[in-house]
Amino acid sequence: MWEYTDKVKYHFLNPKNVGKIDNPDGVGEVGSLACGDALRLFFKLDDQGKIADVKFQTFGCASAIASSSALTEMIKGLTLEEAGRISNQDIADFLGGLPKEKMHCSVMGRDALQKAIANYRGQPEKKRDGEIVCECFGITDKEIERGIMENNLSSIEAVTDYLKAGGGCGQCHERIQEIIDSLTGRESASVKQPGQLTNLKKIKMIEETLEREIRPTLKKDGGDIELVDVDGNQVLVKLQGTCATCQASQTTLKFYVEQKLQELVTPELVVKEVK
Amino acid sequence: MEKIVYMDNNATTRVDPKVVEEMMPFYSQFYGNPSSMYSFAGIAGNKLKKARAKVAALIGAQPEEIIFTSCGTESDSTAIYSALNSNPEKKHIITTRVEHSAIKNLFESLSRKGYKVTFVPVDKMGRLDLDTLYNSLDDHTAVVSVMWANNESGVTFPIEEIARVVKKRGIIFHTDAVQAIGKIPVDVNMAEVDMLSVSGHKIHAPKGVGALYVRKGTKFSPFLIGGHQENGRRGGTENVASIIGFGKAAELAAHHLAQMQTQVSFLRDKLERGLLKHIPHAKVNGDPKMRLPNTTNIGFDYVEGEAILLMLNELGICASSGSACTSGSLEPSHVLRAMGVPFTSAHGSIRFSLSRYSTEHEIDEVIEKVPPIINRLREISPFWADTENLEKGYCSAQ
Repeated sequence: MWEYTDKVKYHFLNPKNVGKIDNPDGVGEVGSLACGDALRLFFKLDDQGKIADVKFQTFGCASAIASSSALTEMIKGLTLEEAGRISNQDIADFLGGLPKEKMHCSVMGRDALQKAIANYRGQPEKKRDGEIVCECFGITDKEIERGIMENNLSSIEAVTDYLKAGGGCGQCHERIQEIIDSLTGRESASVKQPGQLTNLKKIKMIEETLEREIRPTLKKDGGDIELVDVDGNQVLVKLQGTCATCQASQTTLKFYVEQKLQELVTPELVVKEVK
Repeated sequence: MEKIVYMDNNATTRVDPKVVEEMMPFYSQFYGNPSSMYSFAGIAGNKLKKARAKVAALIGAQPEEIIFTSCGTESDSTAIYSALNSNPEKKHIITTRVEHSAIKNLFESLSRKGYKVTFVPVDKMGRLDLDTLYNSLDDHTAVVSVMWANNESGVTFPIEEIARVVKKRGIIFHTDAVQAIGKIPVDVNMAEVDMLSVSGHKIHAPKGVGALYVRKGTKFSPFLIGGHQENGRRGGTENVASIIGFGKAAELAAHHLAQMQTQVSFLRDKLERGLLKHIPHAKVNGDPKMRLPNTTNIGFDYVEGEAILLMLNELGICASSGSACTSGSLEPSHVLRAMGVPFTSAHGSIRFSLSRYSTEHEIDEVIEKVPPIINRLREISPFWADTENLEKGYCSAQ
């Protein structure tokens, strides 16, 4: 059974801006028949440099068509600078979310747009950066690195969902894992040097870790956490939602929140709850 | 739910109301455990015996050669592990590249455990490369497993001949006949198979019941070890009502077998002709001569299967696709790839599978509804635009 939002279904069944533009200002094309999906995006600018018209042609599943249609609706009337800032997550959000194994459809939209903008600016077709890792879908190590950084991916499965890499024969799984390890390893190696952490940097990293790692996990169980203050190495937090009344919340604080912060920021941190 | 046009009978089938009728008393009325001693339980036990005879009769077997299981997959696993246990010193196993995942993934898992596996290829029409199969038989081969009929293409393999050759070498032969029974004649007196897997829900019995035929005299070791049920060959209290339903369904399947070759086959051919006539750049996948009477698998170039299915779904038409997006991976079905179906059409392949319940009215409806869907998706597709330009003699932009 399909788990598409009504908005995905709407854009699939009633796609906007299908077709091509003769003499477009920019054209971008990604994907191929072999890959199972492909998108060709055309746009024309008005005299103020805003996107006046945009059209697409897509070969692919329902979410690929819906993502393309959504993208065209999102960028109409924008300048190229504004349009260029649209991320794949923005496209997915516009559609009310995509099933995780379909996230690559939104990535395809973003990539086609970037290509079309580069095409308009007369930038030469970018040479593929890096070495091919996934032979089945022709994805390079640099592309995988970028996808991991942009979407905070931490597993091979997630890399496949977003980038398709590793979704074919599976022979590149080891290499993808290495890339994931090297990136997460590099991150923690760079932060695990005490002394280099200024207070400001430390607070920033605590905030980031809470935002990116901890809050999403707690939210899955209906809980949440708020940073109240940082005093030296003491991190003062307030538990919210179901966490506030949960009997196991102290365990969560010590064994999850504190450990995560120690791992990703600095090992000296102690987490304290303020009521 | 509005009216459904169900064209996905290779996935599962409607339970025949006569089957349900037969099953119902064995839930709340005669709920005894067939293993119990009193005559109240004997009512279930006797009915179970009759069901066994009916399933056996459908494939020309003796009742005691039938072991009831929970599904086709369990039957397959039971057969293969039993064959391996009977020949612990043999480490070579043979199957085809187009098996159902119940066999495919099992053999891949065995390959990771150190077994040497030969996956026999098929040709463009989906026909098995028999020379490769026969040449790969050797003294270390523990078991050969070849499906009787393919679930995606409907192509059937010459099981009688293969069984003869494999048996001559003294090697255990198993066939997954889940898609074959009830659609074409399957007779273990003609085909010298040692073991044969079947499933209830493909022949209008409920889901959750299957059977394994084990020829008398074949060495056997159970997969589920437990009680003395099934003559000690499969532990676990019997799924009484479902087995009774399976028995009734087998009886009905035997009764309707001729109808599959005439009425159902006629409707399938009509559907196929109708779609090919109205849709250019479409092609049947699989050997039209050696095929199940109810199945057609058609590749529509330059469009993607999941998109087609979702549009069909809007119209209440149920079918399935071998496209990447529906295969659970990012690559199109292993069956179509093994057949060398080009990517242009593999991603856009749709399987329609009929049953004795399919009506001419439904076929007409599908013939009417599918072409506009393909047209619509092709109008969106960049490759279709390119094709049109090429055909018009234009050179496409790139």
